[in-house]
Amino acid sequence: MLKVKGIHKAFGTLEVLKNVDLDVEKGDVVAILGPSGSGKTTLLRCINFLERADGGTLEFDGENFSFQHISKKEIARLRKKTAFVFQNYNLFLNKTALQNVTEGLTVARHMPKEQAQDIGKRALEKVGLADRCDYYPSQLSGGQQQRVAIARALATDPEIIFFDEPTSALDPELIGEVLAVMRRLASEGMTMLVVTHEMNFARDVSSRVIFMEGGVIVEAGTSKEFFGNPKEERTKNFLRTIGERFAPEE
Amino acid sequence: MSEELIALLADSFWKILKPGLLATIPLTLIAFSFALVIATVAALIQFANIKVLKQLVRFYIWVIRGTPLLVQLYVVFYGLPNLGILIDPFPAAILVFSINEGAYAAETVRAALEAVPSGQMEAGYCVGMSYLQIMRRIVLPQAMRTAVPSLGNGLISMLKDTSLASNITVLEMLMATQRIVARTYEALALYIEVGVIYLMFSTIFTMLQRAVEKRLNGYERKGRANA
Ligand SMILES: Nc1ncnc2c1ncn2[C@@H]1O[C@H](COP(=O)(O)OP(=O)(O)OP(=O)(O)O)[C@@H](O)[C@H]1O
Ligand SMILES: [Mg+2]
Repeated sequence: MLKVKGIHKAFGTLEVLKNVDLDVEKGDVVAILGPSGSGKTTLLRCINFLERADGGTLEFDGENFSFQHISKKEIARLRKKTAFVFQNYNLFLNKTALQNVTEGLTVARHMPKEQAQDIGKRALEKVGLADRCDYYPSQLSGGQQQRVAIARALATDPEIIFFDEPTSALDPELIGEVLAVMRRLASEGMTMLVVTHEMNFARDVSSRVIFMEGGVIVEAGTSKEFFGNPKEERTKNFLRTIGERFAPEE
Repeated sequence: MSEELIALLADSFWKILKPGLLATIPLTLIAFSFALVIATVAALIQFANIKVLKQLVRFYIWVIRGTPLLVQLYVVFYGLPNLGILIDPFPAAILVFSINEGAYAAETVRAALEAVPSGQMEAGYCVGMSYLQIMRRIVLPQAMRTAVPSLGNGLISMLKDTSLASNITVLEMLMATQRIVARTYEALALYIEVGVIYLMFSTIFTMLQRAVEKRLNGYERKGRANA
């Protein structure tokens, strides 16, 4: 459904993505792991054109695009089929929770207000925030804000949701509520591409894992293979450094 | 204070207040409204980095901020007639004050636009909104809230600066006072009196500014509700 081929991105002389390939099928939950600075965020941002990649192609829904030459119009059209959940939520600060969720429907998709509010309320209900519709972001906890952000993503009925470390900015006690929502989405068959440091999530929820380092994909496989029987030495090292529980058996 | 003087002050109070209500205040409010429009457009052009137009805006701001307001008033009122352009005092004052304040306010609004976190724009794009939709509904409202205190200061400065319009024969409060002084020679008492009236107006404007700030801050001020 989403196929990235040879994506390349440099910031000045710093090569951050060196011809990365990526393949996401409908219903996949793909976890992207890797040390800090390996290019995970950049990869997601390039796929959604928040950052302009300088090489590579994108296949989405059977249509082909070049990262370099895609038009603004096509970008806008593609974005309407995807959603993005940011590390620091990025809720619209001047809008209530419900308005945050409906904005993309009424303004970007010209949906009648009533219908949008119905959808919005249902989305907030789904993330457990039905009683927070009229709260502004500043009145919500980090975990609640991130759940609103997920509701905002869901409301537009995307074909895929990109998550960039959705729990990294959260206090430990708030991480669970966000992961629970994501688990639920995964079990309902939502296609998700998730940059994360949550190894339990990667192991238990994701169907496939991609391990990046230094702008290349070091290892990719099913999460079972990846955690049970990693092939690359780099991967094994990485799994050892993140904790006893994930250390591969010798 | 002699009774005579008190009677003069009481009598002149209305004579000064009236041009205040008929000239100073309308001049301030009308020119400030235009200035806001000019400032918003100028700030957006800079923020969106529109070529050529941006250079023009920079030039406009450079010229206006680098020359005295009084000189600008003279150029328009006494200078333009040389080119056959005659503008009545009041419209000339409105024109100059709008353009002048517009330049200062443009910088305020631009800074406020730049202070909005870039994530707001990105989130807008990601839910499918267009640049203009995001600017109108997300970025500009947030920037305006940030800009209100500075804009309010600009409004109050302008209120006081309208006294300069007396130099191009606009009958506003200062000129009204000058006329009474010329008749009575009570310069000290009368100039203090007009000062007090300015103070009265600026106090009201300050209160207005507070009210606007409070309203716009709604989404930040309410404080965290309990979970
Ligand atoms: N806008 C930018 N300009 C210049 N360099 C950048 C920019 N964004 C990212 N980089 C650099 O690109 C590299 C990869 O960054 P990226 O944010 O993609 O890493 P990451 O894998 O997401 O790391 P983390 O786990 O810390 O979030 C880093 O070296 C970073 O400094
Ligand atoms: Mg990152």
